[in-house]
Amino acid sequence: MLERPMWQRTEGHFRPIASKEPRPLDQWSPETESSPPETTTQSSWFLKKEAANRDLYWCRSWSPSSPWAPPGRLAPGTRFGSREPEPPLSSLGPADRTLGGPNGARLLSPGREAGPGRAGRGGGLPAEAGTPASGPPGPPGLAAGPGPAGGGPVPAVAAGSSAAAPFPHGDSALNEQEKELQRRLKRLYPAVDEQETPLPRSWSPKDKFSYIGLSQNNLRVHYKGHGKTPKDAASVRATHPIPAACGIYYFEVKIVSKGRDGYMGIGLSAQGVNMNRLPGWDKHSYGYHGDDGHSFCSSGTGQPYGPTFTTGDVIGCCVNLINNTCFYTKNGHSLGIAFTDLPPNLYPTVGLQTPGEVVDANFGQHPFVFDIEDYMREWRTKIQAQIDRFPVGDREGEWQTMIQKMVSSYLVHHGYCATAEAFARSTDQTVLEELASIKNRQRIQKLVLAGRMGEAIETTQQLYPSLLERNPNLLFTLKVRQFIEMVNGTDSEVRCLGGRSPKSQDSYPVSPRPFSSPSMSPSHGMSVHSLASGKGNAAHFSGFESCSNGVISNKAHQSYCHSKHQSSSLNVPELNSINMSRSQQVNNFTSNDVDMETDHYSNGVGETSSNGFLNGSSKHDHEMEDCDTEMEVDSSQLRRQLCGGSQAAIERMIHFGRELQAMSEQLRRECGKNTANKKMLKDAFSLLAYSDPWNSPVGNQLDPIQREPVCSALNSAILETHNLPKQPPLALAMGQATQCLGLMARSGIGSCAFATVEDYLH
Amino acid sequence: MACLLETPIRMSVLSEVTASSRHYVDRLFDPDPQKVLQGVIDMKNAVIGNNKQKANLIVLGAVPRLLYLLQQETSSTELKTECAVVLGSLAMGTENNVKSLLDCHIIPALLQGLLSPDLKFIEACLRCLRTIFTSPVTPEELLYTDATVIPHLMALLSRSRYTQEYICQIFSHCCKGPDHQTILFNHGAVQNIAHLLTSVSYKVRMQALKCFSVLAFENPQVSMTLVNVLVDGELLPQIFVKMLQRDKPIEMQLTSAKCLTYMCRAGAIRTDDNCIVLKTLPCLVRMCSKERLLEERVEGAETLAYLIEPDVELQRIASITDHLIAMLADYFKYPSSVSAITDIKRLDHDLKHAHELRQAAFKLYASLGANDEDIRKKIIETENMMDRIVTGLSESSVKVRLAAVRCLHSLSRSVQQLRTSFQDHAVWKPLMKVLQNAPDEILVVASSMLCNLLLEFSPSKEPILESGAVELLCGLTQSENPALRVNGIWALMNMAFQAEQKIKADILRSLSTEQLFRLLSDSDLNVLMKTLGLLRNLLSTRPHIDKIMSTHGKQIMQAVTLILEGEHNIEVKEQTLCILANIADGTTAKELIMTNDDILQKIKYYMGKDGTAAVPGVTGTPWAPASIPHPC
Repeated sequence: MLERPMWQRTEGHFRPIASKEPRPLDQWSPETESSPPETTTQSSWFLKKEAANRDLYWCRSWSPSSPWAPPGRLAPGTRFGSREPEPPLSSLGPADRTLGGPNGARLLSPGREAGPGRAGRGGGLPAEAGTPASGPPGPPGLAAGPGPAGGGPVPAVAAGSSAAAPFPHGDSALNEQEKELQRRLKRLYPAVDEQETPLPRSWSPKDKFSYIGLSQNNLRVHYKGHGKTPKDAASVRATHPIPAACGIYYFEVKIVSKGRDGYMGIGLSAQGVNMNRLPGWDKHSYGYHGDDGHSFCSSGTGQPYGPTFTTGDVIGCCVNLINNTCFYTKNGHSLGIAFTDLPPNLYPTVGLQTPGEVVDANFGQHPFVFDIEDYMREWRTKIQAQIDRFPVGDREGEWQTMIQKMVSSYLVHHGYCATAEAFARSTDQTVLEELASIKNRQRIQKLVLAGRMGEAIETTQQLYPSLLERNPNLLFTLKVRQFIEMVNGTDSEVRCLGGRSPKSQDSYPVSPRPFSSPSMSPSHGMSVHSLASGKGNAAHFSGFESCSNGVISNKAHQSYCHSKHQSSSLNVPELNSINMSRSQQVNNFTSNDVDMETDHYSNGVGETSSNGFLNGSSKHDHEMEDCDTEMEVDSSQLRRQLCGGSQAAIERMIHFGRELQAMSEQLRRECGKNTANKKMLKDAFSLLAYSDPWNSPVGNQLDPIQREPVCSALNSAILETHNLPKQPPLALAMGQATQCLGLMARSGIGSCAFATVEDYLH
Repeated sequence: MACLLETPIRMSVLSEVTASSRHYVDRLFDPDPQKVLQGVIDMKNAVIGNNKQKANLIVLGAVPRLLYLLQQETSSTELKTECAVVLGSLAMGTENNVKSLLDCHIIPALLQGLLSPDLKFIEACLRCLRTIFTSPVTPEELLYTDATVIPHLMALLSRSRYTQEYICQIFSHCCKGPDHQTILFNHGAVQNIAHLLTSVSYKVRMQALKCFSVLAFENPQVSMTLVNVLVDGELLPQIFVKMLQRDKPIEMQLTSAKCLTYMCRAGAIRTDDNCIVLKTLPCLVRMCSKERLLEERVEGAETLAYLIEPDVELQRIASITDHLIAMLADYFKYPSSVSAITDIKRLDHDLKHAHELRQAAFKLYASLGANDEDIRKKIIETENMMDRIVTGLSESSVKVRLAAVRCLHSLSRSVQQLRTSFQDHAVWKPLMKVLQNAPDEILVVASSMLCNLLLEFSPSKEPILESGAVELLCGLTQSENPALRVNGIWALMNMAFQAEQKIKADILRSLSTEQLFRLLSDSDLNVLMKTLGLLRNLLSTRPHIDKIMSTHGKQIMQAVTLILEGEHNIEVKEQTLCILANIADGTTAKELIMTNDDILQKIKYYMGKDGTAAVPGVTGTPWAPASIPHPC
């Protein structure tokens, strides 16, 4: 009546290692490491076997189609400089946005670059996000070769994998695998900041017992001890502990061979736990063992837990960092909770005890057998329900009033006076600042965002006479920006000297966006969207009142671009005159048309977000190129030229540069050294070193989006003089929420994974 | 009209209470249609959420008047709609309310209303119909009496999300059995409802899903159609799998798991398909967890039991998933001691579901242990499981008893358990009790389990015999139900295997030769085979053969002749020849063959026809006696 349990299915392909030819396995003992010359024949046998085995194993088990490219398709050298499609870039984009302003800005710049810059980045980016421990920076394919650079003596088997590397297709497959890993990790654990807490990607060649051998990019673990007694047990930990910000963490281990006795343990352990043991035997160590199916919770005696496991089985281990539990899976089936009250900072760990035992880890290199994303979905829903049901405001209406105040102050801060007025009227709020003052600020902001710095500075000095005097650093920043705009040909001083405004530079269609954090923009767009669509049309007919803000005109503009581009030639000038606000005579129709194109393209790319520019700049640069060519066709003879191409303007610019230099020196004398100022000036001047500043490495300064931080600093300074908060409370609250999530991640509270601020902004 | 006649009698009792309600009814008779309309609207506001008011109005005869207004040609659509709303509100009350409404023939009136062109009115009628049809007191046949109703409802499905929701709900409650499924299917239910699964309204999606679960249940035709239906470029099973996702509402997960389960059991989806193995099964196991509501746990366990019943591999997977076997042990902990002390409401709730939980757990254990010895062992090793099952055998609820017997039957297929746990817990005692005066459905399972307990190696055999099993089993062989007859004769066959002379005599005496002949001419082949098996087992070992043949020789020879002459298949003939072989083994009994020319002629005939079957018969070597454990 005894039936064979389902998990005893044998996989004929893996057996031979363990059963048919046990001899070579004995050669995996530590001695081989010390005397490589004697064992060359053995190890080359092993390598062949190993390589063949790997082929089989990968093709059959992990990926439906073979990851190996045909040999020789890609010479090793060409990979480096070749124009590969850039999934890492696109996959990094959204993730990096969560990091905050500077990163967002940094990522924006590559989008504007072209030519050599791109090739260099193609190699650089993956490394930037790659694991510090997984080897030298550079294209991931390189790491496939000599193994971890930082490691100590290279173990025999690691050398084996490098010997296998001559197959070029192996390299490119590894490259693919690395990319897939990156993609999967970003998708599974978007809340993890890998700069701070890297994710486990392989087993650590340093944090292991000597009886453990690693191969295949440190993913395969085999036993090379004697395996006579439990004293011969050996474990290996992953390179990094599991970050709490994962929320739910999961990895899988495939049993390639159960070896002699199948005494294998899969689990977790804290740093420093003895590696001469199987996981679960010691304090802060947890494991599920294949021979008896028991779970070991920091104890030498196991508890009956699940089925046994053996060759061919895939065992998964899931750590829930929200309730600090762990469960295992076998071949995709959840086996139920194994451990509760887990401590933080555990490492994925495996332990082996008898010769011939070989297991492969999957930290995300391949699709998981178990549907972990489904489990994560459940917890995301749970956490979000918890947030939604969080009790707020004891007294009736208090909560609502507070939110209304926040919205209102936000609108006022950014100078959306019409919206703010309407909002205040319908919610019975009082606006703290006078309407005229808002309009003044708005006027200045608009000038800055249009790149007309000279006028902006003048207006500021007119309206707030002592502001810039008291704030020389701000003035300096403004002036540097003015210099940049001069180079760009957008500043009014050079513009009036006859330079034609270069396409795409002078219009800044996006509304004031004062924080550097890109995460803000969705809410920004949203808060005015409904109003804008209605108002934009009205404005179009009524000639648009002078005080209406940028967003509204922008919205109207956008909608026309999308719907009526072909037939709207009549509307174009009118719309653009709205967009450009008042006194904009220099522009001719041709350049207006160009503006439309720019809008059209940048918005078309990022349809999911209401903000076109942010998305436009984080996308692939070749798309950007398309955009460029398109524009060039449209604007025919127009090319971007320094200061708009006018000689007088260039002279004016040079002169202004000298003044700036003088001002810088004076500032240093009065206020002492200021590295930020110095760098700013240096970067600005560097623009002149290139024949085509727009495509130079420092060209990103010319991007209209760089006007935003300047604009925001000026706005804040003005508000401060009125004793108003430098930042709107809404932005503060969001900043606090974001910080709080970061703090949660550092304090080991896993629920932060499913409560990102962005989720609540659309 | 029935409620009109009753009204005066009830009124005398309720006169005081109804005084305030009378005003509302009176206003329905106002000659001014505007005032009538206002009256109906006031009535609507008065009855919402007020069961007493509803009862009063019904007693006062508001229903026939409302129905009259609803059907009257001259009534404005607005008035008609309000009438339907009030009626719907009344139906929302107690079951008695629904009965009263049914007595007034509300259903034809409302169905008539569906022909109106006004959508609002149609929706009100449908809402009311929905409420009535979902009540347990409403016979679902009422939906099918008029053949034009179903096609009309199908047509209304496109009108609005409300018509979609209500119609699907009506279908899912009124589709009972294959006849209804066929009617709905033939009217294009699958195509009409499939696209509702992607509706924006959760309620519509949910009701559509429920519809599919009742349509697919045990219906290969519907199920086969469902697997190939495309909605928005996706196959229906894929849509169901999406609805199984863990972030979906539990109700939706559970219902889509049911759909997939029914499609699988109807043969439309393979049991090794990933959507069953990796999606449906884990989802159903999750439904059994402590976090779920008691109702969900019951439904989850029952559905899972149904899903894995025929497939060993699924049973094995379920048995290791999320500690299911241990999880089910929790089903017996209601009402818990905590709930009794702290919370009366919860105690009440627990008590209400305690039976359901227990029977669901027994059912699932029965399915889990149906084939795999290791799983059976795991179940029996679960804390106090045998005690719980034994207690379950004597519970008052028929459902629990039945499930407990099924569970025990499943576990009794293990030789090891028969010899150990079953003996330790004296399972036979409560089992014999269950067999007394039990309803047929329990008897069928209990008697087939008795077959296993009577196997020769079972230690329970002796005590069972002593407690009068022979009489009981002979009684079963006379049952109308063929399943019971098979089980009865099967158990007797097992009992006679290598039994003492006395037992064999008892069996023969209790059964009587007349009954034996009747069984030999039974229409059910199984009964015939087991009866022959019984004869073989009775006629083994030489002294027994001689003894029995000396008393019943004539009849037995007659029976054998009868079978050999009859139109039977080869197995039956073979079994009969084996009996002859056994008889030939007897010392004196041999004479009965040797002196019977007729029999000898027949043996000769069969030898010529198929040597292998007949040769041992003549040489007189007794064959291995028939004794086979009960397979089902």
